[in-house]
Amino acid sequence: MCGIVGLFLKDKSLEPKLGEMLSEMLITMTDRGPDSAGIAIYGSGETKKSKITIQSADPEQDFAGLTKDLAGKIGGAPEVVVKSTHAVIEVPTDKVAEAREAILELRPSVRIMGVGEVIEIFKEVGLPAEVVKRFDLTKMSGTHGIGHTRMATESAVTTMGAHPFSTGPDECLVHNGSLSNHNNVRRELKHDGMTFETENDTEVAAAYISNKMAHGDNLGQALEKTLTDLDGFFTFVVGTKNGFGVVRDPIACKPAVMAETDQYVAFGSEYRALANLPGIENARVWEPEPAKVYFWEH
Amino acid sequence: MPTVDLSKSSLRELNQALHDIKPGSNETSWEVVNPKGSHSVAVGVDQPVSVDVRGSVGYYCAGMNNGGTITVHGSAGPGVAENMMSGTVVVKGDASQYAGATGRGGLLVIEGNASSRCGISMKGINIVVHGNIGHMSAFMAQSGSLVVLGDAGDALGDSIYEAKLFVRGKVKSLGADCVKKKMHPKHIERLQKLLDAAGVKDVKPEEFTRYGSARTLYNFNIDNADAY
Repeated sequence: MCGIVGLFLKDKSLEPKLGEMLSEMLITMTDRGPDSAGIAIYGSGETKKSKITIQSADPEQDFAGLTKDLAGKIGGAPEVVVKSTHAVIEVPTDKVAEAREAILELRPSVRIMGVGEVIEIFKEVGLPAEVVKRFDLTKMSGTHGIGHTRMATESAVTTMGAHPFSTGPDECLVHNGSLSNHNNVRRELKHDGMTFETENDTEVAAAYISNKMAHGDNLGQALEKTLTDLDGFFTFVVGTKNGFGVVRDPIACKPAVMAETDQYVAFGSEYRALANLPGIENARVWEPEPAKVYFWEH
Repeated sequence: MPTVDLSKSSLRELNQALHDIKPGSNETSWEVVNPKGSHSVAVGVDQPVSVDVRGSVGYYCAGMNNGGTITVHGSAGPGVAENMMSGTVVVKGDASQYAGATGRGGLLVIEGNASSRCGISMKGINIVVHGNIGHMSAFMAQSGSLVVLGDAGDALGDSIYEAKLFVRGKVKSLGADCVKKKMHPKHIERLQKLLDAAGVKDVKPEEFTRYGSARTLYNFNIDNADAY
């Protein structure tokens, strides 16, 4: 099992409530995935600035003095906001590669969770309600977001094995299912220069889509190709800077429900996750078809 | 009429109350409000009572129903009326995967669409779907009837035994050993009864095509030994 929730807002007035809505949906899916939970939020970003979300097993040690140390390496005034085991570092977009390298050099034990102009990723082991509280997720605002509750099958219960996985700028993916050809696909992607943090099957799916998009595909085209190149069970929900996509494998035994109103598009592994959304009584509610790509863009 | 509000009562309280109904009880009409996608609503009802569920339900609603009349005024998650023995289950909206799976008797009516694996391994249940059904429906279906007013997805009736399938619309593809069959007067009669029972009006049995087993997979064929 595993639980997925996603929310893509069309109505700007709901943006301040994105974190609150998504957190409630996530907690509803606790019994589908009590091992760990994660969320990717697409918030507002200043132009020409990017956010690097990092995670540390020893945040007190690693995050202390990081602002100063990083400024010493890349110049300017990088902004570091610490949230529990994670920190979001804002740097000029043209300095992202340099900052990334500098962070890993200054604090070799931290892990990079995601990078992008608007994306922030928070994930940890533990019950979804604890993860929500730890990162104060209910207070976050944004245009769209994706969450996941994990019941591990393919790899260990660790922070890095939790979803969402981010393998490209402002890109992220969550997965319910298991892939059977991930080792082979990982090998092919490595040949093409992609790097991997884990042995996890879902990271391969995320990297596969990032790789296709880096080669010029749009989100819809990249999702379409997963149907021929990835083998196994999957319901994927994918976020990009301005988009939100869903695809299920042709067998489609992993559950999925979607709802759409004038205000939002919502995804849930079960209807329970959607039951308290505003206007759900009159929403168009449907089960996404097998092997059919759905995507929305702002 | 007892009303159970699932935002206040637990699922266990609801199902226990339904299981505690004694034969001949006057409490024959129940209402469930605020289901909000709950799992296993009204599972294992074994008295001839009616239960009206006001809203959408999650997994396994009305499973193992034995004589009850359960109506979902919303949509149902996976496995609605799974292993029904007798009685009636009506879903006013859509149904998710494996609706009516392994059902042994009774009538399941889905007024919207059903998704994949509808009637998988059915063993005597009758299922009437007003809309369309998804892929792999009636897989290994043994007996009973599946009536579809709309279209059927891929691999309908794969490895089917003796269940009877009636589809009014298009069939995307037939599964292994499932073939189109002629409608005889007894099939017209059977279908008319099912349409009447499901409250379907203005649709004639003659508009349907019958599908069933070609019976070529019933026995081991020695010529296929090399395939194993």
